[in-house]
Amino acid sequence: MTKSSFTNVQSEYLAVIDHAKCIRCKRCIQNCGWGTYSFGGDKIIADHSKCVACGRCYTYCPEGAISILKNPTVMRENGNWQDYHIKNIWRQSETGGIAISGMGTPLKYKKYFDHILLDACQVTNPPIDPLREPMELKTFLGKKPSKIELDFNEDGQPVLKNKMPPQIELATPFMFAPMSYGSISLNAQKAMALAARALGIVMNIGEGGLHDELVPFGKNIIVQVASGRFGVNRDYLNSGAAVEIKIGQGAKPGIGGHLPGEKIGADISRTRMIPAGTDAISPAPHHDIYSIEDLRQLIYAIKEAVNYEKPVSVKVAAVHNIAAIVSGVVRAGADIVYIDGFSGGTGAAPTIVRDNVGIPIEIALAQVDQRLREEGIRNEASLIAAGSIRSSADAVKAIALGADAVAIGTAALITMGCHVCGKCHTGNCSWGITTQRPELTRRLDPEEYGEKLYNLINAWSHEMKEVLGAMGVNSIESLRGSKERLRGIELTDSELKALGIKHAGM
Amino acid sequence: MLRLKNNFSIEHDIAGCGLCGIINIKKIRTNGEDIKKAIALEHDRGNGLGGGFAVYGCYPEYSELYAFHVMYDDIAAKEAAEEYFKNNFIIEKQESIPIFKTSKINDHPILHRYFMKPKSDREDRLFNELKDDDFVVKSVMLINSDYDGAYVFSSGKNMGAFKGVGYPEDIADFYMLDNVEGYMWTAHNRFPTNTPGWWGGAHPFTLLDWSIVHNGEISSYGINKRYLEMFKYNLALKTDTEVIAYILDLLIRKHGLPVEMAMNVLAAPFYQTIDKMEPEQKELYTALRQIYGSALLNGPFAIIFGYPDGMVALNDRIKLRPLVAGTKGDFTYIASEESSIREICSSPDVVWSPKAGEPIIIKTVKTDAKTAINTENISQKQRLIIS
Repeated sequence: MTKSSFTNVQSEYLAVIDHAKCIRCKRCIQNCGWGTYSFGGDKIIADHSKCVACGRCYTYCPEGAISILKNPTVMRENGNWQDYHIKNIWRQSETGGIAISGMGTPLKYKKYFDHILLDACQVTNPPIDPLREPMELKTFLGKKPSKIELDFNEDGQPVLKNKMPPQIELATPFMFAPMSYGSISLNAQKAMALAARALGIVMNIGEGGLHDELVPFGKNIIVQVASGRFGVNRDYLNSGAAVEIKIGQGAKPGIGGHLPGEKIGADISRTRMIPAGTDAISPAPHHDIYSIEDLRQLIYAIKEAVNYEKPVSVKVAAVHNIAAIVSGVVRAGADIVYIDGFSGGTGAAPTIVRDNVGIPIEIALAQVDQRLREEGIRNEASLIAAGSIRSSADAVKAIALGADAVAIGTAALITMGCHVCGKCHTGNCSWGITTQRPELTRRLDPEEYGEKLYNLINAWSHEMKEVLGAMGVNSIESLRGSKERLRGIELTDSELKALGIKHAGM
Repeated sequence: MLRLKNNFSIEHDIAGCGLCGIINIKKIRTNGEDIKKAIALEHDRGNGLGGGFAVYGCYPEYSELYAFHVMYDDIAAKEAAEEYFKNNFIIEKQESIPIFKTSKINDHPILHRYFMKPKSDREDRLFNELKDDDFVVKSVMLINSDYDGAYVFSSGKNMGAFKGVGYPEDIADFYMLDNVEGYMWTAHNRFPTNTPGWWGGAHPFTLLDWSIVHNGEISSYGINKRYLEMFKYNLALKTDTEVIAYILDLLIRKHGLPVEMAMNVLAAPFYQTIDKMEPEQKELYTALRQIYGSALLNGPFAIIFGYPDGMVALNDRIKLRPLVAGTKGDFTYIASEESSIREICSSPDVVWSPKAGEPIIIKTVKTDAKTAINTENISQKQRLIIS
């Protein structure tokens, strides 16, 4: 079919240049990864249709001459047929393809974190000042025995009978979410590695293999085994603090991944251990895991490979029957279960899946924690909550709902300049994050952004301490799973029941 | 109106309080006059909505039997619970708990006690082989949660709890504790802040031979409760003191932790302290926190924990509630205020303020032992402070 030169899909944004201020330095042309700007002989010209409002150009315009505006041209308003639907119909009728998006869903689903309020002390118990008293955030991830086994030495002093199962020690209950080399740039991974090491936490390299330059950060890295098995070998499994089997991702439960061949250059080819130029396909299922007993075999195969010295994590997407699924995963031998809520991010996913599949992390987490307790196996595995943790408040609430720690992906990218434009899948990221174009990736200085990531987690940890102190507890384990310190607001009885919390005032 | 159970809509009770404890390490028994005097001095720490005592060594003639102290709202509740007792226990003796009606305590439940042991051919034996202690725990939880208007407030051997709504000195008169003798006494004066007092909610809380009096509020109540529920404890009373009693039951009786170590779970050393320990000890204390993090008691508390072999006094990790200890000869005294100790022991050998999170453990000794007090229980630093 011949392609019409006209498109119904109008520019979403207008890149407006104040030519009186513009000094024609052309930095905008250089900075924009999308090719929005060009030089028209005497002035900068903007092709609005290419603008995604990623914010790079106006951040770096020395004269403040650029404004990015929402295109004021109206589409006829219709409560039912909204822009979102109409534009997708136009786009898809032009391409005939599946609509693809990056990041988490932008749709306005109810955000349960925003309907949960925290408790504080008044009179009968004193709040604690974290600036003057110790306040503990240290967290250990991994299987814990249900009871301690003691021996007594010749002096009659108790000593541990058995060594503890392997644990990941986190100085603060945060970690960076899995993002592969390929989906993001090596510099972005390096920034997280530097921050993780300085903070005493961990990052997760996703399913893209471990780049040589990240090997020295092993103690602060979780290596992943996903359905594509990219870069997996015995050394790889032993190079991190833990191994994670990725079953699903919140943004695209039930969907695999696809890194197109044109992005597989020499470096990624070596890291993923696949030929350059070939598509990197992660199948939807692991083709050796069609049921829970198969998962058990893979978990124990990995434990054998790492000599039972590293915890094995299993990452699953929050879907409707998540409580029973996680219970099965724990009984299959997982030491850590990473639950990714439906609003979690992605490098690329079919829009229909990203926007419609899965359940919110708040509810999934509350249900899983409760189920594991009812079965008496909560100690068998630690829980990591993820899926758009936007603030320390979200993190505190997730921990009170039962998480041992939270993982942040999008928030980490925002720290590196991301403006959540949702175009990660195009590989044009002007901030050098979700791109492999060398002229773009080299602008992301790992040390500079590593420091900003350090600052962010540090700030959130301080806020967490303030809230713990206000609640009158001086250790994070006294908040973990303590739903009694949470109250719901503007929630129905069913929602409160699903979350396992009371309404405000009760 | 009498309320044995917490029928209020709140999840857990909040209270401030006063407490006292007296132990004679040679197990010489004394009557309840001293403890009454000591706790009466702390009158202003309570508000008349709850007082109580635990005494050890009070039933020597029935020392092999479980002594159940039960409160009933009415005769129907009593008949229902007694049906359960008859089916499952051999009841050697039962009687009303002796009381003296005073004008201060003018409204009270039926108070009855039973000396009994579980039947060897009880019905549940068809399904499992619970030990006697476990069966007693199960029975106490069953009565307290499922039998309306009935509440077991004491279930140990050769010990008993005496408690109710009122100031402790009036409760002492009500139960005529000057006629009761024991080698160890604990007492509690209650200041509940968000509910009216109810008889079941007064301290001490007991389970088997454990007894707890507690001043404070457990800010970690929510997770402590959920943790205990994993081990099938039923928190019928919804008070944080109940949580402490059950955690100790779990740690000491079921998981076999030494008493000292159990205290290191309740008031765990900070990681900054653990990090400075010798490797073997560091590994042990780290494991203890990893495994029992959900049993950490957070928030302000001072507790006195009684068990047949002794008494333990413990403060929270940053000492947010008062606790003072003193010794004189074979006696050790613990109280919220030093004046309480001096009220009954005008010139103690030593008086000191236990450090935050550091348990004071006073164990009874065989009567022929020469040492009057196990001075090892007082840390070097504390002794320096004393001298």
